Amino acid sequence: MSKEFIKGNEAMAEAAVRGGCRFFAGYPITPQNDIPEYLSKRLFEVGGTFIQGESEIASINMVYGVAATGVRSMTSSSSPGLALKSEGISFIAGSRIPAVIINVARGGPALGTIQGAQQDYFASAKAIAPGGFRCFVVSPSTVQEAADLVYEAFEIADKYRTPVYVLTDGVIGNMMEIVELPPMRDPEEMLSSDAWRITKYNDDSSARQFSTYRPTGEMLTVDNIAMAELYEEWQEKEQRWEAFMMEDAEVVLTAYGSAGRIAKSAVKELRAQGIKAGLIRPITLFPFPNKAYENINYDKIDKIFVVEMSIPPQFVYDVELATKSQLDYININTSGGVIVETESIVDKVKESM
Amino acid sequence: MNVVYGSPSFTSEVMGTGYCPGCGHGTVHKLLAEVVEELSVREKTVLCYPIGCAGLGGGWTNLNTLSCAHGRAGAVATAVKKTNQDNVIIAYQGDGDLAAIGMAETMHAANRGENITVIFINNTNFGMTGGQMAPTTLIGQKATTSPDGRDLERHGAPFKMAELIAKLEAPKFVGRYAVHDAKNAIKTKAAIKKGLQMQLDKKGYSFIEVLSVCPTNWKKNPLDSAKYIDEVVSKTYPLGVYKDVE
Repeated sequence: MSKEFIKGNEAMAEAAVRGGCRFFAGYPITPQNDIPEYLSKRLFEVGGTFIQGESEIASINMVYGVAATGVRSMTSSSSPGLALKSEGISFIAGSRIPAVIINVARGGPALGTIQGAQQDYFASAKAIAPGGFRCFVVSPSTVQEAADLVYEAFEIADKYRTPVYVLTDGVIGNMMEIVELPPMRDPEEMLSSDAWRITKYNDDSSARQFSTYRPTGEMLTVDNIAMAELYEEWQEKEQRWEAFMMEDAEVVLTAYGSAGRIAKSAVKELRAQGIKAGLIRPITLFPFPNKAYENINYDKIDKIFVVEMSIPPQFVYDVELATKSQLDYININTSGGVIVETESIVDKVKESM
Repeated sequence: MNVVYGSPSFTSEVMGTGYCPGCGHGTVHKLLAEVVEELSVREKTVLCYPIGCAGLGGGWTNLNTLSCAHGRAGAVATAVKKTNQDNVIIAYQGDGDLAAIGMAETMHAANRGENITVIFINNTNFGMTGGQMAPTTLIGQKATTSPDGRDLERHGAPFKMAELIAKLEAPKFVGRYAVHDAKNAIKTKAAIKKGLQMQLDKKGYSFIEVLSVCPTNWKKNPLDSAKYIDEVVSKTYPLGVYKDVE
């Protein structure tokens, strides 16, 4: 398997193609422009289609339409663009259509900065749009992991007929690393959409109708119970995380995404200085990996260092839930747009010990 | 015994629609269903339908339907067609959906010249939500959000969608029709048939505006509503073919 020195955004775009993506619609916004630029050429080489939509809103609705025909489809954007896409994502989730959405996040609110940030935690993992639905949310901390997660996102989307949301940021999107790209997936291996796609009529000749409107609360209740059961299934089966040097850890850090890789460097530095540090790095943000935090030795550990590039902090609330409020929560956070530094993590940990 | 007239087989088994008495939507649904049947294209057809009164319409056809977010049917239909070029893709939209919140998607789909058919129901108001002013509300026409009547200075002029779309380079067939009497309904059906046939022949984008009555919100009985189309609405929105470069 060959390795390539490749930028995060391009790695995700190529991984999408190899994962079976054959349709992309998007709208220019920094810092994710490499994704549509790359796919505007690449998709046509593999018989796919690319559309530069007239807006973020049009683009996500194009994805809704094509994904409903059973073609693996994706859009990407950055934070303010995701606000515009949110209603369309709600239609995709409510209609149980598989699709992949990448957020190469930047600082907010509103225009914020174009630099990397983690200010979209709630907007990605909790409430993308009104209606109480969730996406399956993953967050990579290296370019390799970004490529791997995008590749797998299409499988997860098909398996559960759900939008999968890849929350990354300008740091991962724009850095270059050596990556082993996944192989081109054989279409024969992919799940068939014959049972539901909108371009096929049922075998008994009845019509297929995608609609999220329910005339009564009782009818909506049936759908929403199914939605709740789906999310419970994810909580049971799909929690993912990396536990780094946690076996003998006396000091515990937790962080996800780009802050996760910096926290990992801090753990290595603390170890070099003789401090037994460890890191819990969630990979799925929804389902949140509660199980990762069950292994903490609560008899010995009384605090946890929560690193994130968001002011005010957001991720810390899920950590507090997962640890059942048993610890002291020490935030080491920078504003979105400011990359948290290894040294400042190390210093803060040492002064709080 | 010969059957000389019946419901098109592609309307739903549920008899009738839930539209208000006298509403034009049901007529257009029936015409569309008849055309789909006559062209034998049901298995290829995907109906992209809107939010608003016609948002209820998906369930009253026996066609594969894709409910689109408010105003977005132009974008959805574009993309579905681009990736499924042998299918017949219809965007069916009302005036709030197509000309207010969905103006960008409407104009861009037309400007790309997607090989789709847009059926635009113009009843000069937001019907579903109770008769608010629409982009198509006539000057002087009262609506619940223009209680003194639409005023040119305060609200701007009504959007003439068929005329606007016809000015673009890419669209191939643009016309405005009506369904308030049999003569006009027959013309509307012929236009819909032409639009769908153009799709099959890969000839490009067709836009069929249909003036429709809204007795409930116009506060007129169906007969007076039909008269209102002839005497008032069609003066602002003249019927006819605006572009035909098939």
